[in-house]
Amino acid sequence: MSYTEATLQLLSPAGSLVESDATAEYLPYVEKLSDDQLREFHRTMVITRAFDLEATNLQRQGQMGLWVPSLGQEAAQVGSGFAARDQDHIFPSYREHAVGIIRGLDALDIIRMLRGLTHGGWDSDKVKNFHIYTLVLGSQTLHATGYAMGLTLDGVTATGDPETDQAVVVYFGDGATSQGDVSEALIFAASYQTPTLFFLQNNQWAISVPVERQSRTPLYLRPAGFGIPGIQIDGNDVLISYASSRKYLEEARSGGGPRFIEALTYRMGAHTSSDDPTKYRKDAETAHWAELDPISRFETYLRGRGESDAFFRDLAVEAADYASDIRTRTLALENPTAELIFDNVYSEPHALVAEQKAWLENYESSFDQGGAA
Amino acid sequence: MSGVQTMAMAKALNAGLRQAMLDDPKVLLMGEDIGPLGGVFRVTEGLLAEFGDKRVMDTPLAESGIVGTAIGLAMRGYRPVCEIQFDGFVYPAFDQITSQLAKMTNRHEGKLQMPVVIRIPYGGHIGAVEHHQESPEAYFAHTAGLRLVSPSSPNDAYWMIQEAIASNDPVVFFEPKSRYWPKGEVDTSASPQALHSSRVVREGTEVTLVGHGAMLAVLLQAAEVAAEEGTSIEVVDLRSLSPVDYEPILASVRKTGRLVVAQEAPGFVSLGSEIAATVTERAFYSLEAPVIRVAGFDTPFPPAKLEAVYLPDADRVLEAVDRALAY
Repeated sequence: MSYTEATLQLLSPAGSLVESDATAEYLPYVEKLSDDQLREFHRTMVITRAFDLEATNLQRQGQMGLWVPSLGQEAAQVGSGFAARDQDHIFPSYREHAVGIIRGLDALDIIRMLRGLTHGGWDSDKVKNFHIYTLVLGSQTLHATGYAMGLTLDGVTATGDPETDQAVVVYFGDGATSQGDVSEALIFAASYQTPTLFFLQNNQWAISVPVERQSRTPLYLRPAGFGIPGIQIDGNDVLISYASSRKYLEEARSGGGPRFIEALTYRMGAHTSSDDPTKYRKDAETAHWAELDPISRFETYLRGRGESDAFFRDLAVEAADYASDIRTRTLALENPTAELIFDNVYSEPHALVAEQKAWLENYESSFDQGGAA
Repeated sequence: MSGVQTMAMAKALNAGLRQAMLDDPKVLLMGEDIGPLGGVFRVTEGLLAEFGDKRVMDTPLAESGIVGTAIGLAMRGYRPVCEIQFDGFVYPAFDQITSQLAKMTNRHEGKLQMPVVIRIPYGGHIGAVEHHQESPEAYFAHTAGLRLVSPSSPNDAYWMIQEAIASNDPVVFFEPKSRYWPKGEVDTSASPQALHSSRVVREGTEVTLVGHGAMLAVLLQAAEVAAEEGTSIEVVDLRSLSPVDYEPILASVRKTGRLVVAQEAPGFVSLGSEIAATVTERAFYSLEAPVIRVAGFDTPFPPAKLEAVYLPDADRVLEAVDRALAY
């Protein structure tokens, strides 16, 4: 599914601002952005891409079992990521590297998870409520909805103060929309009028299956059936991603109930490093979307506003340093010890787990003493 | 409410839930028809009126949604108690229970607790249609991260539901629906027994019977018949299905030398199988006979007119006792 007449866009693929009746209500959010904020949008997209490409290389060199690239989806993530306020809670799927970086996540923590050192990787309390990745598609939409139900019960949303009122953003993809959990999340969110922004990144492909197999109707139309307002945006336009997310989040946090954004974007790379997109995608399609690259588009826009060559040159150096630092620290990561298997299976002592942990310790130490006991 | 009262298990659960809600404002009830109706078994009767619809939530009809949003609420610091209407309706929530709820604490490396209770009315004896009489405990017992318990009496129901709610780990709470109505004494002022402990409920010397939930009434009936015939039987109420508290079982087997484990669930890869294997490993030299399992057949639960044939009764238990004694 490519752009349609319904697709909201503030920045054309040529990098110029689009002013129309349809986008008039979104433009003010962009006009409030300072030059520094615009630079930060670009910086985060560029850093994320450098990180992602370095991680892909690290996987190819055997440093990770798997990598999940974010290549091509930077604008959808950076716009919505900056739209959220610090007090908001973010429930990602597993590809939202840029959002994590915005929330202060050390991107190495993503690598730790995909390197097989942990199933989680970070403490959401320490990274501005950026929750850990969820690998089963769509499951997190229900957790996000339940969390948002809790915000309502706690009275920390819809008090009328946008500086403190909390909301929830949940990310999911076009494949996940076919999961029952996503429909159930929309139902619960609508029934309890939760302050939830459902942010769908439609990257056109669920591994090898095109979005047309997931839905015969544009996905932004689906929430209407649940009583939830929805729009479709150009997900490769960081400005509309920011403005629409900002607007919808403010509506959600002020008691308006859940909102839904379908961001049309494109997974420029593979689903994961285990995948070979040349088996199912046509070169013409890949080339078409390459023309719509979110980063080059925004660079054109910034240059048109008079941004200096030096900014882009310095940023390229910073991104390379960032990637290099990730490489260095990845290679220095140490493997976990066997206690990780047993610790934290439960919060409270558990006889069977304790017994098996003791057995393994005894078994391992029997080798130190020169033979199994 | 204090002291000893006589009440049915459904009422005891209601009283236990009410007490838990009074004790902790973070306790919430979620489920289908649990509000004005009070649940299809009336376990939550009156609680909506007392605590309001923010704490007693009639949810949309979606089990995965109930458990999935309960996880989110627990992340927010609540202690949700989810009612699954019938045993056979839990499967739509299976993914959220086994892949999400059970593993959240582990995935978060201990930084997140999941105090969620899943109440499941389980088992047969009520003549109901398909999906309404099953015993699905083995599916959940196989999943690390979950705790499973099942009360057999109103007193245990009153206390165990409160202990389950107080647990910081997820607890699947199997309520023997055929035992909802018989009355028993509930001592609301006693100190409760530890949640994950089994208990000898009848002492004997020749054969040990182990079971849980609705099976306890059958085992006690079998023990009574056996006593009239001169056989002394000890009965252990499992109470906790995961983890299993083995010491009382092993102590009993060391005394009697014979063990029969009984359950309504199918026997293949079941709780009874696990207990048989563990007792054989740990008390081999005390055993005078192989551990014998009495279970539902490895078939779908049959149409209700055949449930009396399918479900183990006192005669099937006594047949197993006879086989154990024949060694």
